[in-house]
Amino acid sequence: MLFPPPNAAGSARRVVVTGAGIITALGAGWKTNAEGFRAGTTAFRPVTLFDVSRQRSKIAAEIDLPEVLPATRLSTNKLPRLNRAARMLLLAAHEAWGQSGWQPDDHLPVVLGTTSGEMTLGQDYLCQAINTPNDFKRQATRVTNYQVQRQAMVLCEAFGFQGPLIKISNACASGANAIGHAFEMIRSGRAERVLTGGYDALCHLTFAGFDSLQALAPTPCLPFDVHRNGLTLGEGAAVLTLETLASAKQRDADTLGEIIGYGTDTDTHHLTQPHPEGRAAMAAMNAACTVAGVSPGEVDYVNAHGTATIQNDAAEAAAINRWAGDRALNLPVSSTKADIGHLLGAAGAVEAVACLMALQGQWLPPARALTSPDPACRFQLVRQPIDAKIEIALSNSFGFGGANASLIFRRWV
Amino acid sequence: MGVSTIFIHGIGAVSPAGWGVAALREALKKNAPLPVQTLARPGWAHQLTVRHVPPPPGRLEFLAHPRMRRVGVLSQHIIAAALEALGQDAGLVQTGVLRLGVIVSTLAGNVAYSRRFYEEVLKDPAMASPLIFPETVFNAPASHLAAYLNSPGINYTLVGDAGSFLQGLALAADWLAQGQADGCVVVGAEELDWIAADAARLFKRSTIYAGGAGALYLKTQSAARTGLSTITDSFLYTKSQTRAAAARRVRSQLGPGSPDEWLCDNGAESSAWQDWPGPRVTLPAIMGGALNASAAWQCVVACDLIANARSPGACVSVVGANQQAIGARFVNTEISST
Repeated sequence: MLFPPPNAAGSARRVVVTGAGIITALGAGWKTNAEGFRAGTTAFRPVTLFDVSRQRSKIAAEIDLPEVLPATRLSTNKLPRLNRAARMLLLAAHEAWGQSGWQPDDHLPVVLGTTSGEMTLGQDYLCQAINTPNDFKRQATRVTNYQVQRQAMVLCEAFGFQGPLIKISNACASGANAIGHAFEMIRSGRAERVLTGGYDALCHLTFAGFDSLQALAPTPCLPFDVHRNGLTLGEGAAVLTLETLASAKQRDADTLGEIIGYGTDTDTHHLTQPHPEGRAAMAAMNAACTVAGVSPGEVDYVNAHGTATIQNDAAEAAAINRWAGDRALNLPVSSTKADIGHLLGAAGAVEAVACLMALQGQWLPPARALTSPDPACRFQLVRQPIDAKIEIALSNSFGFGGANASLIFRRWV
Repeated sequence: MGVSTIFIHGIGAVSPAGWGVAALREALKKNAPLPVQTLARPGWAHQLTVRHVPPPPGRLEFLAHPRMRRVGVLSQHIIAAALEALGQDAGLVQTGVLRLGVIVSTLAGNVAYSRRFYEEVLKDPAMASPLIFPETVFNAPASHLAAYLNSPGINYTLVGDAGSFLQGLALAADWLAQGQADGCVVVGAEELDWIAADAARLFKRSTIYAGGAGALYLKTQSAARTGLSTITDSFLYTKSQTRAAAARRVRSQLGPGSPDEWLCDNGAESSAWQDWPGPRVTLPAIMGGALNASAAWQCVVACDLIANARSPGACVSVVGANQQAIGARFVNTEISST
């Protein structure tokens, strides 16, 4: 039963990550992405997926999807029908599932974040409905597979479980909200383990949308640089397998890290712009710290939302400055969007994996293109690859609609 | 039936019957399908048959808020339903006295704005309107509601088939139990646009698509008599579990029912409920199909029946289009606690 919940009483349970899968423009898999993030490799190139000749920006961080998808329980005739977003999600989930050592199970909650799912199919549907209104061929298939829940159901079929499925669409905080919600489900005793993450594929509607707002930079994005002039879009997916510490120990599972905090807050200032002082961002970070039982002084690294828009970075800088207090002066901060762009609904999940990588590898991901740090940033912007002793990392994700979420991770040794 | 610790403090609805729960109640009393309207599908000789929400009875006061300048129909329906459900507590939220959680569930979201924006993109991407794009985002209506209420609290938009609304109720109950909010408003909503009605028709020609919103306001302490007793598991449709089998499992979890207990269903997989011993209302036959909004109306009707002492309890069956079957039971806590 979803209500009343089972095992709701009792003390909070510890939540660990036993599997993580990732695909970005840096490549597929933990190793490739860890090497890319550690080196500060940028992955931007001209957009090839759709026509951008009339757009202000013409670059993005596109993924080269592999021709062959990994073997799962999906039938071979179904694989070619999977579209871009579902393929990314499947690739990330396959890696996470393999790492975790999980077995098929009837009851495995899935919590995913996305902003637009398989929007390209929605675009195709509309184009055909407008251009050839009496042609209904393939329209039903497009409608079905466009829907966000269908991509999650592909995972259920691929790995042999039956949900339930929860899809959170809180704009660019969706991935972080999904992981945060999964964390809360386990922590509160509602679930023993949860498959979670975020995904989004590049699509024309979204690209044109950000371009219409003049939020896209014509050149690769420069988070927290005084010369920043907008974000660069990317695409990708990240999936994490979360479970109780007790479950992981019982299975003798390899553990990639621990999630210790999640906080969320809603910025009511404007639909697309944050409050200039970053009040909701600060509230989300404080809330996450409260749950984690840590102070800002104990946080060793912040993976900022850092989109490189004028407004976001200014507000986030103000929020981090105030949240960290004196700690800000030597607090390492970077935005991995400098490497892979803004992955929208996938951003929070991919950046969560980047934090786990940094914690495990004991390094800080740099933004190497950053040349002129915004003086508004009192904190230390990571600009060169560097090894570091980090025990606790915080990841910020903020989105349209004032969706603000922060996650805190602890190194596992 | 156990004693519920989650109360339904308020309900709200915007539907083809009109603005407010009273209009929905009156339509159900008549127990006859509401009149249908037609909607043009560009380039098509035929017309789509739909049920529109009628115009509001007067100027909607919340539209005077600066954030509401460009809000679409979906946001208007969501905010109106939520405010009706919140009642006087809306003022407590606005003044910061009450911490509100907001959950909006939808399948198609701001589909009219999305269609309009992409049509502009197809004509000339460089000229597509920056005013429209932000409204296409799934969580824009939930954000507008939070802005109107000045509510910084936890705020999720869930996307999925009609069963997502009931998942939202379970999530709200969690937030309340964990102290993350003092009250939670859960809104199910869909927008009527030709593109959505056209898509629905592809799967069932007789579908009469509708739009609107329904809202439940949940609290842990309330003078209200309606309590949330049960939300079943979400039974997913898979290779090994058909829609009919999923519906039967919902029925199994909710139990046999009693002669004085209402069933509010959505008309799908009715065989699972054919031996229901109590009275029954099938909303889509009267209102049309509106996915998450329909699921919300079903719950609104169930709670209204209990609040008006016409039933000691009511069950809701939501058999979604392509994801899950899920059910709920609401009870009269004054009866079930004695």
